[in-house]
Amino acid sequence: MKILVLIGNVPDTTTKIKFNADKTAFDAAGVQWIINPWDELALTRALELKEQHTGKIESVAVANVGKVGTEATLRKALAVGANEAIRIDAEPVDDYTVASQLAMVAADYDIILAGTESADYNGSAVGGMLAELLDRKSVSAVSGIDIDGDKLKITREIDGGSQTLKMDAPIVFIVQKGIAKEPRIAGMRGIMEARKKPLHVVEGAAVEPLTHFDKFELPAPKAACIKIAEDQAGELIKRLREEAKVL
Amino acid sequence: MSVLVYIENWDGKLKKISFELASYAVKLGEEMSQPVVALSLGNVEESELKKLGAYGITKILSDANDAYATLDNRAIAKAVAVAAEKQGATLVLMANNNLGKAIAPRLAVRMKAGLGTAVLGLPISITPFVIKKSVFTGKSYGFLNIKSTNKVLTLSSNSFGLVEKNADATIESFNADLTAADFETVVENTNKITGKVLLQDAEIVVSGGRGMKGPENWAPLEEMAELLGAGLACSRPVSDEGWRSHSEHVGQTGKIIAPNLYFAFGISGAIQHLGGVSGSKVIVAVNKDPDAPIFEAADYGIVGDVFKVLPQLIEAIKEMKA
Repeated sequence: MKILVLIGNVPDTTTKIKFNADKTAFDAAGVQWIINPWDELALTRALELKEQHTGKIESVAVANVGKVGTEATLRKALAVGANEAIRIDAEPVDDYTVASQLAMVAADYDIILAGTESADYNGSAVGGMLAELLDRKSVSAVSGIDIDGDKLKITREIDGGSQTLKMDAPIVFIVQKGIAKEPRIAGMRGIMEARKKPLHVVEGAAVEPLTHFDKFELPAPKAACIKIAEDQAGELIKRLREEAKVL
Repeated sequence: MSVLVYIENWDGKLKKISFELASYAVKLGEEMSQPVVALSLGNVEESELKKLGAYGITKILSDANDAYATLDNRAIAKAVAVAAEKQGATLVLMANNNLGKAIAPRLAVRMKAGLGTAVLGLPISITPFVIKKSVFTGKSYGFLNIKSTNKVLTLSSNSFGLVEKNADATIESFNADLTAADFETVVENTNKITGKVLLQDAEIVVSGGRGMKGPENWAPLEEMAELLGAGLACSRPVSDEGWRSHSEHVGQTGKIIAPNLYFAFGISGAIQHLGGVSGSKVIVAVNKDPDAPIFEAADYGIVGDVFKVLPQLIEAIKEMKA
């Protein structure tokens, strides 16, 4: 089986968010770009599965929709251990256009992994949209994937607990925290090898976006914290009750 | 045209978010001058469904097929799409929880609808249709213009609240015409969380960080959560260390929550953590480090030892309850 991991190119999670003067677009000046954290965990799990089940998992590929500037992020994924990368040469305009572009290349893969959301626009949409475009089954909120004989054993979180499932490929998994313990970090050897690994560039298709961010806004600055002495817990409860009215 | 609201159940009981969704759908229907229809999939008693009337729902479609209990994503998306088509719904609304997030993107593709996830409150405007949502994981807000005729929204819990209205809900049986082959999710085992408040539903959340020093010290947090009817949460290091389950991790890579009251015990407040909780109405921090960034996000703070403060707080809560 072949695995495809969808890779988002997002600002480092410690980035202080800024917008342009008229607040219509993210200001990317000076931003460090990383693999979307959930996608990084998905990639880590995909590589673990390939190592633990040699013969069953042939290869792990990564794909991304973006202009040439996102190739550094794909190279990172190759350095971590992916066998090949695909960049679909288009601006990632909205979730629907991204999923539609990915659908052009994803059908060849038995198992597709997507992170639960992207750390930029938090759409939580691409994995599910891709599954529908490919008319495949999908499982969301997945925190565990294993191979058990000829089946896939899955753990998913539901609203009210968790479940274990047994299903087959072809399938799309939308994965979250817990899928892998820690993201894998590239070593020097991996970085060297990544330079020689294939990075295919596919021309993007014209897809009409359905949504558009008109404007952005930073949260209003918070009022100063009201400090209460260590031995005045009763005072805190009183204030939460009478002043803040949340108890 | 109409507004369709997908009402989830768990074991035949409506989820708490369902009543907020119902309230929201009714208000949105008024603003858009469109009728509102609720959809329930799975076996739910009439008396349970009728509870939606208290939030203004007058019409409920109910497909009592037991197979929906497998939460098969493709099948549910298909069923909701069938209902939307039959009702001529151009806007479909659901919860921004695990199931809603699983279904909404699939449904959006089926309906060729623009998708707005984790929507905060009512739309900013109806024409053009613009919603507000959190972006960059709580670090800012975005105003998303949904340009397509069809729209799918998932509502962030606690972002609208409950609005009671005294309506009588009529229930119509509905059949999405799915066959056994449509349900491909095979559930081997279900591990239910019982007797605990779900984090996404919680109006108050009690959360612990590395300052709690170890999983053996969680008892006071559990006691406090129980007293307040609160959900339990933790910071990333706590779940990474395996002190608590990943399902309790709030922050950038965990859950994003917006309760009315968030207690942070021994949490320093890294930017990634604050992203996950900054939507809370009131934040209380207890930390021994006066320079911890959590105090910049907090409304109330105690600089001190969590192990000294917690027992006092618990006593004060007991007194308040008495």
